[in-house]
Amino acid sequence: MMSPLESDIRVSDNRGKRLGFGLGNYLICFYGIVFREALRFLNQRERFISSLVRPLLWLFVFAAGFRQVLGVSIIPPYKTYVLYEVYITPGLCGMILLFSGMQSSLSMVYDREMGSMRTLLVSPFPRWFLLVSKLLAGVAVSILQVYVFLAVAWFWGVKPPAIGYLFILPALFLAGVMLCSLGMLLSSLIKQLENFAGVMNFVIFPMYFASSALYPLWRIQEASPLLHKICLANPFTYAVELVRFALYGQVDWRSLVVVVGCSLLFLGGAIFAYDPSKGLLSRRRDGGGNS
Amino acid sequence: MLGRLSCLSSALALATGVATPASAYMVYVSNEKDNTVTVVDSETMEVVQTIEVGQRPRGITISHDGKLIYLCASDDDTIEIIDTATNQIVGSLPSGPDPELFVLSPDGGTLYVANEDDNLVTVIDLDSKSVVAEIPVGVEPEGMGISPDGKAMVNTSETTNMAHFIDTATNEITHNVLVDSRPRFAEFKPDNSEVWVSAEIGGTVSVIDNESREIKQKISFEIPGLRSEAIQPVGVRITADGKKAYVALGPANRVAVVNTETYEVEKYVLVGQRVWQLAFTPDQKTIISTNGVSNDITFIDVATDEPVQSVTVGALPWGVVVSPQ
Repeated sequence: MMSPLESDIRVSDNRGKRLGFGLGNYLICFYGIVFREALRFLNQRERFISSLVRPLLWLFVFAAGFRQVLGVSIIPPYKTYVLYEVYITPGLCGMILLFSGMQSSLSMVYDREMGSMRTLLVSPFPRWFLLVSKLLAGVAVSILQVYVFLAVAWFWGVKPPAIGYLFILPALFLAGVMLCSLGMLLSSLIKQLENFAGVMNFVIFPMYFASSALYPLWRIQEASPLLHKICLANPFTYAVELVRFALYGQVDWRSLVVVVGCSLLFLGGAIFAYDPSKGLLSRRRDGGGNS
Repeated sequence: MLGRLSCLSSALALATGVATPASAYMVYVSNEKDNTVTVVDSETMEVVQTIEVGQRPRGITISHDGKLIYLCASDDDTIEIIDTATNQIVGSLPSGPDPELFVLSPDGGTLYVANEDDNLVTVIDLDSKSVVAEIPVGVEPEGMGISPDGKAMVNTSETTNMAHFIDTATNEITHNVLVDSRPRFAEFKPDNSEVWVSAEIGGTVSVIDNESREIKQKISFEIPGLRSEAIQPVGVRITADGKKAYVALGPANRVAVVNTETYEVEKYVLVGQRVWQLAFTPDQKTIISTNGVSNDITFIDVATDEPVQSVTVGALPWGVVVSPQ
């Protein structure tokens, strides 16, 4: 038996295909989704500020405490010694993207519970387009947050070369797409808003701590070879390294390949999971899950 | 064998004219622990060659024409002479026991050497390669500075905690100035008005008026998050225009940039571990620090006072000098 939501979607999907939308129509749809995300962003200033406070606390308090303890030796892309706060800045940019990606996944669950997702999904546009638009809107917001963070960090003495601020944009975009896609994939697995705490503990924190965001990989390897292997298997490590190299006007090709590959994998997974006919959403619903 | 090969390849490079661009200088770093001098190209910031030298090389300087390097081989009780064209040792000078640091007179004819174990300053005539005078100074002499006109020389003695002013015409001490504990280095301001003396244990730099030979200012250093004991000033260099001074702060891993008019520290530049000596490139665009414990040198941009790059050299780099061409 098909749920009313799914039948609505099937009808609209077929209608979309039959009507054959032009680029203009797609742009209107894209604009609508981005505009809604921008409105949400503007109306939830606390969310914006709180997402900035987190990395700034790490920068001002954590990094300040560790700056003399952890001697960071010269590793690419750095050509000379850097203070610990300089080292963790790209990691904190990654942190913003990670939390933001997960936050957008939270909002997907929230949308589903509040019914606004139904409004979105009954749109006659293809499902993948709706999801990608939502994802891009989320990435745009998180990139903005990273730039505000970098501006504050500049006054704190973290001054990468000027070209880095330009180079970091595509890196942030790619890393943002990867993490937002992952969030979207996870959101399809979460039944209720309350389950987000589980995502925090089982996904965000392990991803963040078991990466090169806080400590250079050589130092992790010295401490524990197993942890080093875990860090190398963590896609977030590559997101951070991509951002780190870009901030110094360089490209880390290995990170680029991993980030692009993971982005495609996660995004494909999310589109699949949100497909009502074969995705996890319907499978779960069949199992009597919450909708 | 490898050393010879690299020597041969650099000689070939020189012969074929594909060596370094005109603006590149050669940086010579004495490595105290592995008895070598590392040659680094200032343009590419890469190691060009490593020269095997005598035991415990420390003080290093270069003749004004850039043809000869003088090197204190402290544990061999000699000063070695290296030809910069071939990077081979071509001779030695009678230095007296345990030479640590020296200074070349502005006319390039005399070398004043601090003999740490003998409480002497040895004066060597470079033409005749002979000792012309031995000046008794305080206990454990180390720092050596000479005035731009060559008339006065300052030696610091680590244990006596004094800066001894010596008249180079008579080779006799004219003034003794008490400074803070363990003075390491003396540097004249290019206008001859002041002498800056660093005190390693005292953690200060004393600015001595060259007219009155009295301390007119004491500069102290403070780095947030660092214990004051970790701040140990050693090498001092003042820019040719006399506006900025750079002070190597030892285990603080920083080089302090001091305004020579206000005597305020303007910046602390992060370099490698246990920064010891400093040297400007002749164009004064770069200053290079030797970082003993981390076995590297750091190039600092003088215009921005930002560290540019660190280059690994030999074990325990101590002194540094840059070729004038």
